[in-house]
Amino acid sequence: MKKLLVKYASEISLKGLNRKTFEDLLVKNIKERIGKNYKITKDLGRLFIDDYNDEMLNKITKIFGVQSVAVADVIEKDIKSIGDAAVLQLKELNVKTFKVESKRADKSFHLNSLEISKQVGGYILKNISGIKVDVHNPEIVVNVEIRENAYVYSKEHKGVMGMPYKSAGKGVLLLSGGIDSPVAGYMMAKRGLEIICVYYHSHPYTSERAKEKVIDLAKKLSEYTGRIKLYVVPFTKIQMEIIEKCREDELTIIMRRFMAKIAEEIAIKEGGLCIVTGESLGQVASQTLESMFVTTNGIGMPIFRPLVGMDKVDIMDISRQIGTYDISILPYEDCCTIFVPKHPKTKPRLNDIEASEKALNKEELINDAIENSEIINI
Amino acid sequence: MIYFDNSATTKPHREVIDEVVLCMEKYFGNPSSAHRLGIEAEKKMKIARENVAMLINAQANEIVFTSGGSEANNTAIKGIIKNGDHVITSKIEHPSVLRALKELEVEGVEVTYLDVDSRGVLNIDQLKNSIKDNTKLVTIMHVNNEIGSIQPIEEIIKIVRNKNKKTRVHVDAVQSAGKIKIDVKKLDVDLMSISAHKIHGPKGVGALYIKKGVNIRPLISGGGQERDIRSGTENLPMISAFGVAANIISDNIEQKIEHVNNIKKHFMNRLSEIEDVRINSPIDDVHIGNILNVSFKDIKGEVLLHALEDYEIYVSTGSACSAKKSSHKNYVLPAIGLNDCYISGAIRFSFSYLNTIDEVDKTIEALKNILKFLRRIKK
Repeated sequence: MKKLLVKYASEISLKGLNRKTFEDLLVKNIKERIGKNYKITKDLGRLFIDDYNDEMLNKITKIFGVQSVAVADVIEKDIKSIGDAAVLQLKELNVKTFKVESKRADKSFHLNSLEISKQVGGYILKNISGIKVDVHNPEIVVNVEIRENAYVYSKEHKGVMGMPYKSAGKGVLLLSGGIDSPVAGYMMAKRGLEIICVYYHSHPYTSERAKEKVIDLAKKLSEYTGRIKLYVVPFTKIQMEIIEKCREDELTIIMRRFMAKIAEEIAIKEGGLCIVTGESLGQVASQTLESMFVTTNGIGMPIFRPLVGMDKVDIMDISRQIGTYDISILPYEDCCTIFVPKHPKTKPRLNDIEASEKALNKEELINDAIENSEIINI
Repeated sequence: MIYFDNSATTKPHREVIDEVVLCMEKYFGNPSSAHRLGIEAEKKMKIARENVAMLINAQANEIVFTSGGSEANNTAIKGIIKNGDHVITSKIEHPSVLRALKELEVEGVEVTYLDVDSRGVLNIDQLKNSIKDNTKLVTIMHVNNEIGSIQPIEEIIKIVRNKNKKTRVHVDAVQSAGKIKIDVKKLDVDLMSISAHKIHGPKGVGALYIKKGVNIRPLISGGGQERDIRSGTENLPMISAFGVAANIISDNIEQKIEHVNNIKKHFMNRLSEIEDVRINSPIDDVHIGNILNVSFKDIKGEVLLHALEDYEIYVSTGSACSAKKSSHKNYVLPAIGLNDCYISGAIRFSFSYLNTIDEVDKTIEALKNILKFLRRIKK
């Protein structure tokens, strides 16, 4: 018989008294992704799934908190059965070098882990001609685990690590359609934060394709998080008001203050406690320290900027890895690029900006935008 | 709805759609089949070929059907040129010409790219001086798709004939067929590409005119259809519908051309009511009547496009917005020496004889409203 063996991130195992909560959440997240009817059993740092297929295996590697997934042979606890299973697996993989690593969770088993490895290794050498042991740099590691049954698995599929999704509360992600924001969302989701996405749409000046692009990005993120909620917030009216009543070089910074405020209101409405953005210090005019200070002044909840200290190339690497890059680079104007002041302020001063904003009916504009938001469940 | 994007594609005529359906329902036989159904389909092919040939005054057996303008251009270029040959083209050709040539350049073909002046017309002297002994092909578009400049193809062909008898001339007439009277016999052109969806026909079908006696290697080999130049079972529904579209556009063509000219004239007169507009394709003998490329200073083309879309007016931008990819960057507008502040605000209005003066007036009113709004930012 074969089962899927899921190892979860060691961080979860270190959770002491709360460990069960994290494990249960991970199991729940896996079931949500693969289907509620599958039986998942827990056993000391491992999860076992009875029925499996390749598609399921791939899905599980993308679930936060999973260290690796492997197909394990479940067999009798005797060296010959274990050896036979290992030989079959190695023949299928067609490798020249291997080593055996064993784990004896069932302490009543008559051999300790070292002895198990030695005996299984010997059995393999006897039964596969030309294969060698290489303890330092083997092509493949044959894992043997002795529990209520014996488990043998060799090919491990790396998972995304991190903490179980939704284990760290809820926050709002400002999702723009650029390269950075999906990466920021991914990184926070990986730490267990549940993400609500917010996109500011400037109909009719931005393309419907820009909105489609953001929906596609949210879909891509949902491959890791599971179901995700996306708010499409109408932003044109706010932009027009700012253009009409404020100084041109302050347009971007005031716009961003609105974005932050609306995000906070949506977070409160959704029961969230933080805002996540893809800002990286100094990358553009609106991401200087002075701009960040002014943008988020008056926001009461923490603002997470997981990319703040990263270079663009590193951010791009992650976006390629998680599959958002190719979507992000599609060239559509978004609400931040359609109306760009010739010389945006890079060092705005809070007093000036607050004085300018007095000309605007902020509260009404914000409530209006939230009320008229389109909510898309992805 | 006001559709001013006819250079991108046109709305198929009802008769065209009916023809597609008829062929799919009734004439579904393979034209190569020996039985009655095959013969009926073949007859349909023959009629379509005659109709399309008539559009440019060619013989029916000089028409090879393709999947469209891009394939016709690729066939003309790759079917003529071999390694070590020299080709002449212009800097503002359609990507299906420029990219095909770029690929061949890598393989050792020499390409000369002629400059164009501020009107978008190529430099005749430069052409004269570029023709060499090993110049195998001169490939020039008749009408530019972005700004509507018309190349003096008659003069170009004469010059080529005088300088090198062996040089073949290919004209990409995708934007001009059905909009300018074309006579391949009078022109003495060797090869010409045309496309159905630019004349209210279906997408995915076009034709390459190949003058009798001009030999060309196939791009697609197989069962030997289309005189061994373009194999593959004939797409009869689309080909036959192409024939119908060619027929309709040929009928009273002078009147249609005049109507489109009047639309453009009226549009330009009305544009004078708007500030800070630069007309990149004026009315003169080197610009076609159905394309009007206009720049609105300091306004992003894409923003204007979507704003017009809100009024159900459909146009094109002159440049692919903030595209960082060089392959999407507009190269035509820089080639005519247009300044950056105008390039990003370029909008292309392209007309068909189905458009009306009233639609122009509505568009001008919409533009005025939108610009009043958008230009507030430039205080």
